[in-house]
Amino acid sequence: MSDAAHSLGRAHHFETAEQQYESATLGMWAFIVQEILFFGGLFGGYTVYRNLYIDAFTAGSHQLDIFWGGLNTAVLIGSSLTMALAVRCAQKGERNSIINWIVATIILGFAFLGVKYIEYSHKWHDNLVPGSSFEWNNPDYLHVAGGQVKIFFSFYFVMTGMHALHMIIGVGIMLWMIVKVRRREINEHYFTPIEISGLYWHFVDIVWIFLFPLLYLIGRHH
Amino acid sequence: MSDHHIVPLKIYFLIFSALLIGTVITVAVAFVDMGFLNTPVALIIALVKASLVILYFMHVKYSHKLVGLFAFAGFFWLIIMLAMTMQDYYTRGWEEPVPIEFLSE
Repeated sequence: MSDAAHSLGRAHHFETAEQQYESATLGMWAFIVQEILFFGGLFGGYTVYRNLYIDAFTAGSHQLDIFWGGLNTAVLIGSSLTMALAVRCAQKGERNSIINWIVATIILGFAFLGVKYIEYSHKWHDNLVPGSSFEWNNPDYLHVAGGQVKIFFSFYFVMTGMHALHMIIGVGIMLWMIVKVRRREINEHYFTPIEISGLYWHFVDIVWIFLFPLLYLIGRHH
Repeated sequence: MSDHHIVPLKIYFLIFSALLIGTVITVAVAFVDMGFLNTPVALIIALVKASLVILYFMHVKYSHKLVGLFAFAGFFWLIIMLAMTMQDYYTRGWEEPVPIEFLSE
């Protein structure tokens, strides 16, 4: 690889930088497609059990706090905006602005995880974490079998937990991107790492866009 | 990397606002009793929001057609999986169980 090619960030097995960019984008999308199927399995399980135990899932969703869930939705949408702005600055080669927007994205990511911690600890204190200490004694929903509500909360914790894990990994990727920008490996000719990290971040946002109504809002009209 | 489309700031803020408004709408309609339509309406709003993120934040609108095909294929296969699973579970209660004597031989 010649020095000139290296400065443009093009590996020797690609004809042009454009070809390399499109390959990287497509590769990231292939990863995202398998992520859709990964979360799809969880959504599929959720759909089956929700239709089997509609009352229990309604009762379970009433235990979740729309305020915290809605706030986290807004936080995540905001983080998607700051991420998109980071990519935009990368396209223009504005190094300092890239870092600022990525830091904003990380802060919003931590805000999301902080809210998740608050919600999880509430559930813990209310004995709603599936396990031996699980107790179902909500006076409004005593006709609903506790075991079925337990299934709702199993889905709640696994789905939001896997989502939160993706957020934590996303924060790690963002820190890595800051290092790359500081090492001057990113410029207006080569910003692929920022772009495809952004794809990942936005995908995690999309998962939450479906999780929020399905977990927090179903059955609110009852 | 000559002609990468730099999306105008205005569009990003427009999409951001649309996503926030979509969130408010989805919370508001969740409290309205629409019978069996509540879940479909919530899912349609989520689909619209997801499409905005995919098209604009993830640049699929400005990318190679192949990228759009990948994104579409991912969700299309997900819909096949959910539809095929539910056509089984949803219809299980529709028929009388087969009497046991017909199963024994």
